[in-house]
Amino acid sequence: MSVIVYIESQDQEIKKSSLEVASYGRAIADASGTELIAVSFGLDDTSILKHYGVDLIYAISTEEEVYFNSDRLSTTLAKIASEEGSQIIVFSSSANARYIAPLTAAKYEAAYFSNVIGLPLSYKPLTVKRSCFTNKAFNLSTSQKDLAVLSLSSNSFGIIEKEGKGLSKSSAYQESTSDLKVRSVEKTANKVTIADADIVVSGGRGLKGPEHWHLIEDLANVLGAATACSKPVSDMGWRPHSEHVGQTGKPVASNLYIAIGVSGAIQHLAGINSSKVKVVINNDPEAPFFKAADYGIVGDAFEVVPTLIEKLKALKGV
Amino acid sequence: MKILVCISTVPDTTSKINFVDENRAFDTQGVTFIINPNDEFGLTRAIWFQQKEGAEVTVVTVGDSSCEPILRKCLAIGADRAIRIDTVPQDGLSVASQLADLAKREAFDLIITGRESIDYNGGMVGAMLATFLKIPYLANCIHIEKEGDRYNLEREMDGGKELLNGSLPLVIGAQKGLVEEKDLIIPNMRGIMQARQKPLDVIQPQEIKVATAVESFEKPPAKGPVKLIDPTNIEGLIDLLQNEAKVL
Ligand SMILES: Cc1cc2nc3c(=O)[nH]c(=O)nc-3n(C[C@H](O)[C@H](O)[C@H](O)COP(=O)(O)OP(=O)(O)OC[C@H]3O[C@@H](n4cnc5c(N)ncnc54)[C@H](O)[C@@H]3O)c2cc1C
Ligand SMILES: Nc1ncnc2c1ncn2[C@@H]1O[C@H](COP(=O)(O)O)[C@@H](O)[C@H]1O
Repeated sequence: MSVIVYIESQDQEIKKSSLEVASYGRAIADASGTELIAVSFGLDDTSILKHYGVDLIYAISTEEEVYFNSDRLSTTLAKIASEEGSQIIVFSSSANARYIAPLTAAKYEAAYFSNVIGLPLSYKPLTVKRSCFTNKAFNLSTSQKDLAVLSLSSNSFGIIEKEGKGLSKSSAYQESTSDLKVRSVEKTANKVTIADADIVVSGGRGLKGPEHWHLIEDLANVLGAATACSKPVSDMGWRPHSEHVGQTGKPVASNLYIAIGVSGAIQHLAGINSSKVKVVINNDPEAPFFKAADYGIVGDAFEVVPTLIEKLKALKGV
Repeated sequence: MKILVCISTVPDTTSKINFVDENRAFDTQGVTFIINPNDEFGLTRAIWFQQKEGAEVTVVTVGDSSCEPILRKCLAIGADRAIRIDTVPQDGLSVASQLADLAKREAFDLIITGRESIDYNGGMVGAMLATFLKIPYLANCIHIEKEGDRYNLEREMDGGKELLNGSLPLVIGAQKGLVEEKDLIIPNMRGIMQARQKPLDVIQPQEIKVATAVESFEKPPAKGPVKLIDPTNIEGLIDLLQNEAKVL
């Protein structure tokens, strides 16, 4: 019996979403009276996991491998889960985690729940609440299997410090038979990603053109936020696809979402609804976004945003 | 080259989402159904392979007869034939296992699913299908192009993209970027006429496998009114975000 959490890192640093997943896994392990096991790949120092409730750590060495290998990762995770007799494996909702979670689940025809937004409501059978219809609704789903795989929606549980046993164990990095090979990775230079961000600053067609995006970027910089945009903005090539958020783009579940010159169409709102606090800056008081927002400024972005940047800079002393 | 495009039928993106039967079922009253947008990007890419390389494009859906207008639309867009597996999907695993049974009987070179369906938002069918077929899966696929006898592919990830190379057979999870919005094919009269003559086969499901069940649905709680701040009072906004919302 045990709960497994998949730990992701970037440049040897454990991601915040993984600490949230560990905290969540700890709570499940406590509720079901079992151990919490963490599995990380290519990470040298896993010692902090002990302080987020982890009892047993598998720090898998990935040899020379620099790239994410979905097949090797999911096969290794599935093998450890079977050896440890785990009932639950928890992933974050990062793109990589959501890639390998269903691959891992499928190996045992396990129950898979994505977009889980809180602790299970029951354990026998396992019942979870997850969002569906792109955040327009939730459903309560139950597992009919002994093994369940969950992807936890970001910022839905929080990070909780708690001491675990912090023991370690090793296991082999499983080989792959797949001939799908990563040749290279192109990273967007040093930017906070939408999936990891506490704050997301988003711009819409109201910004009139890509030449004005310094407003969005400067505001994001001073806040340490990720940048995002509405669909037409990426369709017109003002911004890359990877910034398009909404029902047909990336989901956003940040603590703060600031929308500038975005009208708040139903498809846009669907994707950003699970953000906790929403701020809207729009010069049209009738813009539908105001109905979905917590705080709003009816005003011209070209006047409001520079002042906002200036005041925030002063506040942060930069 | 034989391509299978897996089509999920979903409520139009502007639909109001309501539930009936004591919140146990989705209220289809007055709802228009569309091709899942991610699947539409995948279908368009498949049609390009058809036009450039003579690929044969089959569309498949797991669902009851109410899905047939959507399959006809796929035929009007240019698919060569359609298959409906006649059972109401219970979960992602049930869909993936039915699709796997079909794919085991007919050797498809490329199988295209959507990144996720916008109703269930499982993001799982493609990965499960590939696992059942023991072939690779590429999620969030934004590029696939032939090079020699192999394929160059791209996956969008958080904060960048990954460039890959692989061979068929393969399952990909399509999304915007694989083709652009402006390249989506709107069926014309000729396409619609031709679609009527194209085969739409209804086949019976194989053994039904299920892993999860939806017990009930809920709608998010209603939101309180927005707090408006005067545009000349930016300090006021910052203060609220710091001290009331506590997000700065
Ligand atoms: C199938 C489908 C899927 C879709 N999926 C998505 C999706 O995933 N994500 C998404 O975003 N959209 C999506 N859309 C598009 C959506 O319907 C809207 O068209 C889109 O969100 C509008 O983008 P926008 O708010 O940037 O532009 P607009 O609607 O043009 O709004 C611009 C806003 O800027 C304001 N403005 C103008 N000037 C200023 C100024 N100087 N200062 C401040 N404000 C100003 C205006 O008042 C207006 O409210 C989808 C549509 C369809 C049909
Ligand atoms: N009932 C279905 N019939 C055929 N394909 C489906 C069905 N449901 C989902 N899919 C495919 O699987 C993808 C991912 O769906 P999901 O895992 O539900 O998010 C969709 O984009 C479709 O390509």
